[in-house]
This record gives sequence, structure tokens and C-alpha cells, in this order.
Amino acid sequence: MNIFELANPKRFLALSEKLLPWFWAAAVLTLASGLYLTFFGVPPDYQQGTTVKIMFIHVPAALVGEMAYGVMGVASLLGLVNRHPLADVAAKSAAPLGALFTALALITGSLWGKPMWGTYWVWDARLTSFLILFFLYLGYMALWNAIEDETRAARAAAILALVGVVDLPIIYFSVQWWNTLHQGESIFTGKIAPVFLWPLMLMMAGYVFLFGALWMVRIRTEILARRARALQLQGGGL
Amino acid sequence: MSGVAAFFAMGGYAAFVWPSYGLSALGIGAATFVTLNSYRRTRAALTLLEGLKDAKK
Repeated sequence: MNIFELANPKRFLALSEKLLPWFWAAAVLTLASGLYLTFFGVPPDYQQGTTVKIMFIHVPAALVGEMAYGVMGVASLLGLVNRHPLADVAAKSAAPLGALFTALALITGSLWGKPMWGTYWVWDARLTSFLILFFLYLGYMALWNAIEDETRAARAAAILALVGVVDLPIIYFSVQWWNTLHQGESIFTGKIAPVFLWPLMLMMAGYVFLFGALWMVRIRTEILARRARALQLQGGGL
Repeated sequence: MSGVAAFFAMGGYAAFVWPSYGLSALGIGAATFVTLNSYRRTRAALTLLEGLKDAKK
């Protein structure tokens, strides 16, 4: 099945109904085992002490915050180019979730920064580009709400989403390009110790499954809501 | 300090670790509740509308 067959709302409803229980189960399992390891298996870090526990929710939230924008960008592009309404629905449904996880990354990051850096906030490249990601989500949602005609709203929001995609590589490379208090990338470079890596992987998987499940439910809701609206119009406003 | 108290003290960083977890749980919990609740309500509304449409036939 290719992505365009999936873009049929009926097929999406059928497929997501089958996938959802697995996503919920995977989210619960990975989060439960990840949290157990975080609190009972992970030793304090030699530099950061117990505050390293914040990493296990900070990094996954940041990952999903960026990933949600990535899928929103892809869906927006498909919506613009192929004019498929389900792509617009998918993009629209990802935005509030992305905003939430981005906010959680900012909050947990600042609660980690205070004891370790001595400050809740610093206007450096990583933190500022991540704050911009949060504002991009807010702007995207505001644009959807501001334009009444759904097709026009989808197109305007998609253009904003695509322009904002440029922020993603800036966030990723910010710790290399500029001087920053934020630590560098340590997962792909193998600098993180295995005892921290495994619980972190479980938590990241848990956040991703949770996002996937919530995203699918939100898309389903929007499909049903549009059906209901169409029925209402047919019935002359019941 | 007993084991339980030591656990909650988080090596002296309780004021940073617990709010991080608390706010994350609150945010994710609220989003899950709102998402599932609005799905249920939308599905109920659609079922009602479909019933009305069938009744008209």
C-alpha cells in the first residue's frame, strides 16, 4: 500500500483502527519500563548528579517536538502539491501535539538548566531556535483559526509550515555552529554511556508511540467531524 | 535518610526533578484526555446525525 492509497479517509479509518491498540500498548510498555529503569536502574551522573533524570523526559519531548514538525511539513507539502484533504487534516492534527511536546522540552530543559548552568534560560542558538519552533506551532494554529474557508486556511497554513521547516536543521546543528551552554549531540556520536542510553531509548520510543497514537486519534476525530458537518449541510442545518 | 526519603530527595535536586516529571505527566495526561474525549463526542454526534438522516428516508 502506498501513501496515496492510505490518503483515502475510509482506508485510514480502517487501518488506524487496527494499529491503535498496538500503539497504545507499545507506548505503555516502553514508558513503564523506561521509567522503571530511569528511577531504579540509572546511577547519578558523575557531573550532573541526580538532575540527569530530567534527561529521560527532556530529550524525548524535544525529539517528538521536532518530529511532529517534520511530519507536519511533509503532510503540508503533500496537501499543497496533491491537494489531498487528508494530508491537510494530518498536518493540522499534528500541530497541537507538537506544540505540547515542544513546550515540555522547553520547561524540562529550563528546570535542568537552573541547577546545572545556574540559569533557567539563556538566549543562545539552541534554546532560541527551539523557542522559535514553539512559536511556529502557535502561528500555524492561529492561521488555521483565522481563515474561515477550510481550503484556503489549509493552503496558507501549509505555506507557513513549509517556511518554518528551515528551523529544524538550525535546531539540530545549532550546538555545532555556535557557542552554547547546551551539550552537544551524544547519541549518534556514541558519547553517552549504555546505562543511560537504554532507558533513554525506551523513553524516546514511548514518546514516539504516544505521539503516533494521539495523532491518529486526532486525524480520526477530524475525519468524523467533517463527515458530520457535511451531513448537517445536507440536512439543511438540523 | 531512609530509602524512601532519599528517593524523594533526588540527591538534593527534588525541586527540579519532580516538577519536570509532574508537569510532563500533567501535560501529556491532559492532551490524552482531551484527544480521546473529543473523539468520543464527535463519534457520538456523527452517529446521531446518521440516525436522523436514516429516519428521514
